[in-house]
Amino acid sequence: MIEFRTVAKRYLDGTTAVDNFSLTVPNGKTTVLVGSSGCGKTTLLRMVNRMVEPTSGSVLIDGEDIRSQPVVPLRRSIGYVMQNAGLLPHFTVAQNISTVLRLQKTGRKAAENRAHELMEVMGLDTALAQRYPHQLSGGQQQRVGVARGLAADPAILLMDEPFGAVDPIVRSELQKELIRLQSELGKTILFVTHDIDEAFLLGDQVAILSAGANLLQLGSPSQIIEAPASDFVASFIGAERGQRALSVKQTPTGPVLVDGQGRTQGRLVGADEAS
Amino acid sequence: MTWIAENFELIASLTLVHLRQSLVALGLGFAISLALGWVAWRVEFLRSLLVTTTGLMYTIPSLALLMILPVATGMSAISEGNLIVALVVYAVAILLRSVVDGLESVGPEVRQAATALGYGPARRFAAVELPLAGPVILSGLRVTAVSTISLATVGILVGVTNLGYLFTNGLQRRIIPEVFSGILAVAVVALAIDLLLVLLGRALMPWTRPAAAKRRSLSPHTAGAGEAP
Repeated sequence: MIEFRTVAKRYLDGTTAVDNFSLTVPNGKTTVLVGSSGCGKTTLLRMVNRMVEPTSGSVLIDGEDIRSQPVVPLRRSIGYVMQNAGLLPHFTVAQNISTVLRLQKTGRKAAENRAHELMEVMGLDTALAQRYPHQLSGGQQQRVGVARGLAADPAILLMDEPFGAVDPIVRSELQKELIRLQSELGKTILFVTHDIDEAFLLGDQVAILSAGANLLQLGSPSQIIEAPASDFVASFIGAERGQRALSVKQTPTGPVLVDGQGRTQGRLVGADEAS
Repeated sequence: MTWIAENFELIASLTLVHLRQSLVALGLGFAISLALGWVAWRVEFLRSLLVTTTGLMYTIPSLALLMILPVATGMSAISEGNLIVALVVYAVAILLRSVVDGLESVGPEVRQAATALGYGPARRFAAVELPLAGPVILSGLRVTAVSTISLATVGILVGVTNLGYLFTNGLQRRIIPEVFSGILAVAVVALAIDLLLVLLGRALMPWTRPAAAKRRSLSPHTAGAGEAP
């Protein structure tokens, strides 16, 4: 469990990236921080592995203030997946995946086996193990990035817009992959994105943020869609337009659902009981 | 040609002496440049100061430096040590800039990734930043190596014997093949060391191998839909 307790981050030039933010990230669930760019969501994420130190407040993992722990072991114990994969260009795929294991002095052979195992989990051909990152496609690099985050079997996985730089088709594949993995592994995931659809797709708990990491609404995707806390949230999640603004249309074969553009999205089932 | 054949032993022994002087200077210059480069890169306000001052040392005429240095070091002007110190000065003058440029060429996102994975600063420098600065440092090292090897010949003017001997002796005795053999020997040594550095670079930095780039273009399934960089 990760707890943010009234954390703030103010820079010397007077800008405030995060202002008194509190949130509890439950174990084994995916929590998504979503907001437009510059709202402080990445700053919050980086506070968890102390890439950013809050100017006030504290971050706790399983009840323990992370400032009481040495920073390097803390970082090794937390999986981190970043935008553009962030692979080390001079390491092969296998070396990249097993970096943290090697830092933790796992034997060469065991680390290599683990790398191959994770490549299979992530749907990567193990023939790619000896390739360098620049020889892979963006989607493959990102899979390696996720495999690396999982290598040391951390309880916590931080994901900073991990699928932001790949094309929509690959992104959708990676999202499905993550959902499958999470159902098997049950990690405590803190995921940052600016894409509300991604947030609703992946999140068990979604936190909608505005500038200064101001928490506008926290809840499950259903709760947020059913009861947006404000007009701003309603417009941010697009509840009144586009594919989320559904209306019922009667057809000779029964009622169907139509989105904001007038496109039929699906059939209304169980309508007889509902009406 | 006959002169070269008859004096092959002389040329060979001078080449070995020349090689020893150049390589010691190159090695010391490299070590000093790495250490200074690390400092210059870590301490922002020292960076331009260090790079500029050492760079300016390259403007000192070599003959003058060989004569001034003994005053500072207390070494005899005609000693091999004196020549080596002078060559180290010039090596650092060229190489320090490459080391700093190389370290600066490592992208901030790679550095952040390494930090997030749990590399401490010292380990990150040795395992991530320095290797990634490698290609830029290597190109600087190649220029420095060739420059050091050719510059070393000036030692003969203050009495340090090496391949430069073939120039002065050949000119004095009007033996043109001797002068040419000197030029040839210096060129061969310089090319050999350059080749050695290139091979060393490939062995130590396998990710930069051209073969790796070729494999990528040959396998379309990894390059996919314009995604490859």
